[in-house]
Amino acid sequence: MSSLIERAERAADVAGRHAEAVDKGGRFPHEAIAACKEARLLSAMIPVEFGGEGASMSDIAEVCAILGQKCASAAMVFAMHQIKASSLIWHGREAPWHQNFMRRVSAEQLLLGSATTEGGIGGDLRSSLCAIEAEGEVFKLTKEGCCISYGLQSDAILITARRAPDSPPSDQVMAILTKDQYTLDLTMPWDSLGMRGTCSDIFTFSAKAPAEQILPSSFADIAAQSMLGAAHLLWGSLWYGLAADAVARAQAFVRAEAKKRPGFQSPGHLRLAEVSNMLQAMRANVQQGLDRFEKAHQGGDDLASMGFVVAMNQIKTAASRAAVDICNHALLITGIWGYRNNTPYSVGRHMRDALSSQVMISNDRILSNVSNMLLMHRVETRLVG
Amino acid sequence: MREKIYRLLAEHGRLPVDAASLGHDQDLYAAGLTSFAAVQLMLALEDEFDVEFPERMLNRRSFASVDAIAACLEELTVGKAA
Repeated sequence: MSSLIERAERAADVAGRHAEAVDKGGRFPHEAIAACKEARLLSAMIPVEFGGEGASMSDIAEVCAILGQKCASAAMVFAMHQIKASSLIWHGREAPWHQNFMRRVSAEQLLLGSATTEGGIGGDLRSSLCAIEAEGEVFKLTKEGCCISYGLQSDAILITARRAPDSPPSDQVMAILTKDQYTLDLTMPWDSLGMRGTCSDIFTFSAKAPAEQILPSSFADIAAQSMLGAAHLLWGSLWYGLAADAVARAQAFVRAEAKKRPGFQSPGHLRLAEVSNMLQAMRANVQQGLDRFEKAHQGGDDLASMGFVVAMNQIKTAASRAAVDICNHALLITGIWGYRNNTPYSVGRHMRDALSSQVMISNDRILSNVSNMLLMHRVETRLVG
Repeated sequence: MREKIYRLLAEHGRLPVDAASLGHDQDLYAAGLTSFAAVQLMLALEDEFDVEFPERMLNRRSFASVDAIAACLEELTVGKAA
């Protein structure tokens, strides 16, 4: 089998060929995801003993960046799948049902979706209204108003709920349900400014399944130990890919201009240097986060610390702001040629896709949580460590 | 010390249950303590016991139960009049 990066590049080529159709049609990037399945990318992070290849979070981040350069919607679907896979891998590896399910994800290249939001709680994923209703060996669950990206295309969905009908809203668990075990009633289809291919429809989710499909860890631990870091780092990585492609287009524009008018320096030349600077800072931010995440997962106390939560959250807010600013800069450089949708320098889709980064888990909500933690957590004054 | 912790937990913990009904070793997060309220509780504890929680104590385990909080405070108040 060729390397993970080579396979990711092949899938990204497919994603790129269909990116415009996905964006214009607001449809699922099924060619790109089929290519990811063909290249066995969906099981890349699953441990070798369960049929995957044991790729690290940094390996997966690189794949997200590669896909993000060609089609941000496809990259986001891939990233969200891997975020769910990380919860399955780190919190299900001791449980027989989940071990077997990892083997199925590998063998059948199952696409994992996520149902962590709910109507009536304002997007706070650490709070649930719906509850697991146990009936002997099985449980029932109905969740209303939940946004499930690519819900209709998912092969299984990881969903949060209160542990029991008498549990407080923050005492949550996460269950994995396969397509044959749930029904989805569409209440509001996805029609958005950007990221039009993620198909983040709103549904009422109803399911019945064996209780052994509930992950053994509490969702509080799952959120803190795998989901928070994986989500912010993989999103940051695909936004990096998106931003890097916008800069590449701006650079191509400036080079073409320089060839046409030798010796002439337009304001775009200077802006190119500026935006390359911004891209470098964004890259360093995400890379440093990946390093900290990998180190924290090798053991020690960092994973449970407030400092880790603050760092992962701030990587998200900084990367999302950088993505928007960088795309806007690329637009200033390419001018009307970048604003048009039908030139080699078009960055309109990049800009629209990048804007989603500020609202998917709203930066304002994250900043508000971080500001509370900063009442206790001391800012880092050491530079190297 | 535990009496004061229970009082501050009731005042700042925003729990959906009566703080006094919780056992010393009961999981506060499972009882409904949110990360937001945990920070508010930490500030109140610092104020009440005149201590500062060092960075190494700022994790979920340190505030997971009344016993865990008491253990942190005991370590920080060694040598001080409690």
